[in-house]
Amino acid sequence: MNIQKKAFYTALPHTLPILAGFLFLGISYGFFMTSKGFSPVYPIFMSILIYAGSMEFITVGLLMSSFNPAAAFLLAITVNARHLFYGISLLDKYKNTGKKKLYLIFGMCDESFVINYTVKIPSDTDKSWFMVFVTALNHLYWAVGAALGAIRGKYFQINTQGLDFILAALFIVIMLEQWLNQSDHVPAMSGLIISIICLLIFGDNFIIPAMILMVFALLMLKKYNEVRTNAVN
Amino acid sequence: MLSTDEAIITIAAVIGGTMLTRFLPFVIFYRNRTTPLSIKYLGNVLPTAIIALLVVYSLKDTVILSGNHGFPEVISTTVTILLHVWKRNMLLSIAAGTITHMLLLQYIFSS
Repeated sequence: MNIQKKAFYTALPHTLPILAGFLFLGISYGFFMTSKGFSPVYPIFMSILIYAGSMEFITVGLLMSSFNPAAAFLLAITVNARHLFYGISLLDKYKNTGKKKLYLIFGMCDESFVINYTVKIPSDTDKSWFMVFVTALNHLYWAVGAALGAIRGKYFQINTQGLDFILAALFIVIMLEQWLNQSDHVPAMSGLIISIICLLIFGDNFIIPAMILMVFALLMLKKYNEVRTNAVN
Repeated sequence: MLSTDEAIITIAAVIGGTMLTRFLPFVIFYRNRTTPLSIKYLGNVLPTAIIALLVVYSLKDTVILSGNHGFPEVISTTVTILLHVWKRNMLLSIAAGTITHMLLLQYIFSS
């Protein structure tokens, strides 16, 4: 079996929960945008080129208000600022991936970040191809979902209420899996506590303040540990 | 509603802003062949904290959308966690948690 094929079959099962989650969300997005009077071409191209779910929904609103590309640019940076933190975490993982790196960065989303970061890739599988397939499969699911919703939205009125829990379940299981495998629970606990506190204070826009606080908290923790180790020595 | 040209420019601006957030860290640290130590350290501990944040974020959305005081989410989350600790099978835990959530919303907590 050649290396691409091997990497594809190793990557595929990790993306199956995302297949269900993204098809569902993509269909909702495609259907939403065409129901506002846009041609299906819009959600299809936007799902492929923007590929950031919440920003795509927001862009529908931008396209229906007055023309202001500078504001659209700044809004996109604000809404997607969490990618900056994913990038910092993935610097080492994406090192030595050659030209594939451009696509890995282009197609980075919450779910691809979590899988590429946490999965222990078997040693007989090519790491960069594995990460490319995880990224590309998720990208494909989202685009196919958006296209289905845009073109055939009316046929998907089956009862999917509650299905949105699937992405929450994915993150819960990955967090649990890390918790069971790591002995140091301080990063996970600080992440959880800071997120909940920031959610209570900032409401819907809690992600960026929470991430900034996490960076500060974790850096201070490192300083504290260094000082303590030096004191012991 | 914007004209087609204006729409394309707006979408291009959104793509530009989004891509900036994805590429910036890699551009900043491109020249450093060795990543600075504090950044390397963050790369090791930050993702664990971020995954906890994503859990809070995704649960917050489902609680708000359903509005049943979070009972369906608490029950489905418990099912997901218990099953995962027991079987350690990711797809099984995710599927069971999601189906529990769907059944609860559609039959037990349906309005």
